[in-house]
Amino acid sequence: MFADYSLAELGSIFVMQGFAGLILFSVFVLMALGLAIIFGQMGVINMAHGEFMILGAYVTYFTSQFFLNYLPGLFGAYFFLAMILAFFAAGALGMAVEWLMIRRLYKRPLDTLLATWGLSLILQQLYRSVFGPREVGVELPSWMMGSISVTDTIEVQINGLFVMGLTIVITVAVALLMYKSAWGKQVRAVVQNRVMAGAVGIDTEKVDRYTFGLGCGIAGVAGSAFTMIGSTGPTSGQLYIVDTFLVVVFGGAQSLLGTIASAFTISQAQSTMEFFLSGSMAKVLTLLGVVIILMLRPQGLFVIKVRR
Amino acid sequence: MSSQNDQSNKFSTTRRKLLMGIAALPAVPLLASAGLFSTPAMAQAPATSAVNTTGLAVTDTEVTVGILHSVTGTMAISETGSVQAEKLAIDQINAMGGVLGRKIKFIQEDGASDWPTFAEKAKKLLVNDKVAAIMGCWTSASRKAVLPVVEQYNGMLYYPTFYEGLEQSKNVIYTGQEATQQILAGLDWVAKTKNGKTFYLIGSDYIWPRTSMKIARKHIEGHLKDSSVVGEEYFPLGHTQFNSVINKIKLKKPDVIYAAVVGGSNVAFYKQLKAAGIDLNKQTLLTISVTEDEIDGIGGENIAGAYSSMKYFQSLDNPNNKEFVAAFKKMWGEKTVIGDVTQAAYLGPWLWKMTVEKAGSFDIDKIAAASAGIEFNKAPEGYVKIHDNHHLWSKARIGLALPDGQFKVVYETPDLIEPDPFPKGYQ
Repeated sequence: MFADYSLAELGSIFVMQGFAGLILFSVFVLMALGLAIIFGQMGVINMAHGEFMILGAYVTYFTSQFFLNYLPGLFGAYFFLAMILAFFAAGALGMAVEWLMIRRLYKRPLDTLLATWGLSLILQQLYRSVFGPREVGVELPSWMMGSISVTDTIEVQINGLFVMGLTIVITVAVALLMYKSAWGKQVRAVVQNRVMAGAVGIDTEKVDRYTFGLGCGIAGVAGSAFTMIGSTGPTSGQLYIVDTFLVVVFGGAQSLLGTIASAFTISQAQSTMEFFLSGSMAKVLTLLGVVIILMLRPQGLFVIKVRR
Repeated sequence: MSSQNDQSNKFSTTRRKLLMGIAALPAVPLLASAGLFSTPAMAQAPATSAVNTTGLAVTDTEVTVGILHSVTGTMAISETGSVQAEKLAIDQINAMGGVLGRKIKFIQEDGASDWPTFAEKAKKLLVNDKVAAIMGCWTSASRKAVLPVVEQYNGMLYYPTFYEGLEQSKNVIYTGQEATQQILAGLDWVAKTKNGKTFYLIGSDYIWPRTSMKIARKHIEGHLKDSSVVGEEYFPLGHTQFNSVINKIKLKKPDVIYAAVVGGSNVAFYKQLKAAGIDLNKQTLLTISVTEDEIDGIGGENIAGAYSSMKYFQSLDNPNNKEFVAAFKKMWGEKTVIGDVTQAAYLGPWLWKMTVEKAGSFDIDKIAAASAGIEFNKAPEGYVKIHDNHHLWSKARIGLALPDGQFKVVYETPDLIEPDPFPKGYQ
């Protein structure tokens, strides 16, 4: 397939293809991070993860509408405010859900699967009733659209760069929070031994609530960022949920590093195969590869010992 | 272009007759607004026993029809417009006196984007409610689920979506385009005016895009001069990452990108094309899956410059359509947009009404027999006529997407295109 192209053209295609893989990697990390925190740290299988993302997307939509109508001069900067609002909206909803539902199910982790799946259906219908069944188009500030031409043939998408930057910022922030802060220490203590953590004076319920809220908040930010590349509608969250679980389970549920490594592996494999094969075949082969590796390593790529 | 005309010559005599028919009605819109359709309905309503011999839900004052679409679940995005259009049509028909002197009452059921549910609800409408007709279904999968039910219980289904063809039933009227009506004229147009020689086909991975692309490929390779397909790709439904294929498209530099991506993927595809620096004002893109409804989600600025091949656009400039758009917005809000399928759904109740009046009966068998030849002069798309094969004669049009989310019609076929659900040489 490359016979008719000059070396320069091939070079630029490989550069852009590598970049496409990196964008996919960032997208995967961003969508999986929130779930990894909830699933990994709390053992809750949150099937409503996609719906928390879409809440973030809707918040972004309404922020953009607000700026368009009332503050058109600041429209170029609305996206940052939208992401912050998305974080708090999704986080607050997450904490409410934890308080109303999840905390009653900690002893029955498999039931959280069913309960959060039900929650996802409820949220979808809620969005449909409140925001309407049709998709909404989120208008982006002009500086976020289009691409930068590095050379004549290499073009770099601005929104791709934006997602990559955002992913790095959030990943670093989460890592610092988890491994450097006092609160992170408490979270890890609760994960390792809930009873003992409670005995030394950690308010485990509060830690649970904030952990869940944090995971959902990050999902909200991811949803906000994905308005740049995907659709915003009541059921759009479903588009991400499969890939998200794939990344988290493949990486090893308890490990943030595992999540990142698995996002990298899956995204590169998929992006490369999509280029050389057709879209559907790439997906099939990726899933097949993941299944085989999980058969050999049921715990995922990275395993951390956790007391059950 | 000699070879491509072989097929159309075959139909030219019928087309000519049809054109004469249209020419003979120069004052169609005038007549229509003056109450062309009200004449039979205003006559003394015939006795129920005479017009309903099979026990349908028809009383002396009312007739019940079913509306069966998804108002929940993932397809609600698309099917909402159809429900709105059907309700509008029923309202308007009732305001004109109803059908055979009977007001239309509708029972709405929710298919919930789930195909077995569609079948179950169709059965409920036919067996329990004994509806005289069903306006419904959207995806081919839901139609395929409902088809055996309407055939078994002898119902009448008016199906609005453009679809892949390869189907024909006594119990179904297809008010959307079958594949050849939508595809062939569009490809001819793009080959001629945009000098398109190389095509890149990209679609979602299910029956409609695959069948459509098969027809497109046969047409490109067999009927267009020196043209070829340089790539053909399918992506799973819900796929949201198109950067790799966009790189591939950049490498192959096709004259035309031919797209049939649907649902959430559609939005992702156009946003990422734009982000990757592909300017649709310079790169010709022709799609068969984007109407005004989809642009709502994609964002006009992301798709401006693309061409869409449909039979109806909201911006169509004719008196019928102006009236329709105004009525639709009055009923459903100023911001609502009207896409191709919404218009086709609007035709359903009207065609049924006219068929009932022609047959002089609500009986399904009589309606099925009387359907062929029914003409609707007041259709927003202009003029349609039901073919013997229960599909509609209709025109194909090309619209240029504008940043405000509307289309500018840049081409329409001069004649109505004959529906051909089983196209020879394209299977």
